[in-house]
Amino acid sequence: MIEVQSVSKSFGDKKVIDRISGVFEKGKTNLIIGASGTGKSVLLKCIVGLLHPETGTVFYDGRNFTDADKELISEIRREIGMLFQGGALFDSKTVEENVMFPLNILTNQTPSEKIDRVNFCLQRVGLENINKKMPSEISGGMKKRVGIARAIVNNPNYLFCDEPNSGLDPLSAVKIDELIQEITYEYDITTIVVSHDMNSVMGIGDTIMFIHEGKNIWHGSNTNIVNSGIPELDEFVFTNKIMRNLKN
Amino acid sequence: MKGFGRYCIFIGSLFVRRETFMTYYRLVMNECIHIGIKSILLVALVSTFMGAVTTVQTAFNLVSPLIPKFVIAQVVREMTVLELAPTIIAIIFAGKVGSSMAGGIGTMRITEQIDALEVMGINSSSYLVLPKIVASLFMYPLLVILAGFCALAGGYLVGALSGIITPSEYIYGIRYVFNDYTVTFALIKSFVFAFLIASISCYKGYYTKGGALEVGMSSTSAVTSSVIAVLLSDYFLAELLLQ
Repeated sequence: MIEVQSVSKSFGDKKVIDRISGVFEKGKTNLIIGASGTGKSVLLKCIVGLLHPETGTVFYDGRNFTDADKELISEIRREIGMLFQGGALFDSKTVEENVMFPLNILTNQTPSEKIDRVNFCLQRVGLENINKKMPSEISGGMKKRVGIARAIVNNPNYLFCDEPNSGLDPLSAVKIDELIQEITYEYDITTIVVSHDMNSVMGIGDTIMFIHEGKNIWHGSNTNIVNSGIPELDEFVFTNKIMRNLKN
Repeated sequence: MKGFGRYCIFIGSLFVRRETFMTYYRLVMNECIHIGIKSILLVALVSTFMGAVTTVQTAFNLVSPLIPKFVIAQVVREMTVLELAPTIIAIIFAGKVGSSMAGGIGTMRITEQIDALEVMGINSSSYLVLPKIVASLFMYPLLVILAGFCALAGGYLVGALSGIITPSEYIYGIRYVFNDYTVTFALIKSFVFAFLIASISCYKGYYTKGGALEVGMSSTSAVTSSVIAVLLSDYFLAELLLQ
């Protein structure tokens, strides 16, 4: 479980997120949604420690991450897997080397154990026989899958996904969403997904945090999002004409 | 001053939360190949022509019959060892290796690869930058030594082939009143230049913000700043060590 308490972050005079609090539960896909530029990715970066919040605290299973010493930060980060928006695969390494990278750095496994684990993870995300390909030789959807394989290779307790289906066709996007949800349930991990894709929201949003102008204005699930009664959220959810017609 | 302070903090960050020795060993070896081995041809080519041109131009300027021909070789030797080999090659090194370092790290920054390293609990600056600096400190002095030999050989070849100076006069000239401290001075300079070029280029790349355009700007800025730093330190080292 990850808990954020009153987290704020500004860039210059602009307050990007303002005293956001919330709980992201274990074994569930927790979504952070909102329009572009509302501070979703900034909140995610504050949670994983890529940005330091000005106020507030982030707890990983009760461990204070924001004010932790370097050793604890390092320890917690080694329990984190993250899928970046563009995949963030290392260009100079093959698919296999990319997935194996956390094992090389963080574990003392033998080469054969590492290869077995890499093959298992690649198989788990539906990729086979691409071990020796370079990231530039595979499609966007495959890059995301390799990114997921790299994120789960070290058995993380926490999985973060920053807009995992951006730039993908609808079918691949749904497959990636389903894969993230399956992995969350299978390994019983705490997953946080940043998205503004309504298909993701309705498909995998076990818990949803809606951010508007840097503030958390709604927390719920995909079953009650359509009846929130919050105008800003309704505007976000029912932007699509079909959704509006369905509501009416 | 703000930029200099940030640069000092950046250099300090390379030595905290380091990875294992074997991790760095592999990275340094890869960088040595990339930085050193792949620069040999360019350095040899440039320095050979540098020595050849210096021989021709020195001969052109020595018009007095009272000055013996072997002085041409002596001038070529002094210019090569003291200045041309360490400094001119440093400028070429900044253009080839420095821009590549800044571009590579800058691209990793804008494509979130550096964030990915940080999220894994790896000190990205130490992991990416320290091996490049160490490899530069190993390889650049070797490139300078190579450049010195190639420049003297270039001068010898051109002198002999064009009849400017006989081979025996040339050999006599490059050995005449040789002060081995000039070689020590050249090597000290090469270590300083290697550190400056690698660290400044990596610093520029590491703090790239934006997109592809900014990566290009970082590369350009890396070369410009490195060259200025090299020229300034060249002057200060000469003042400090040759007085």
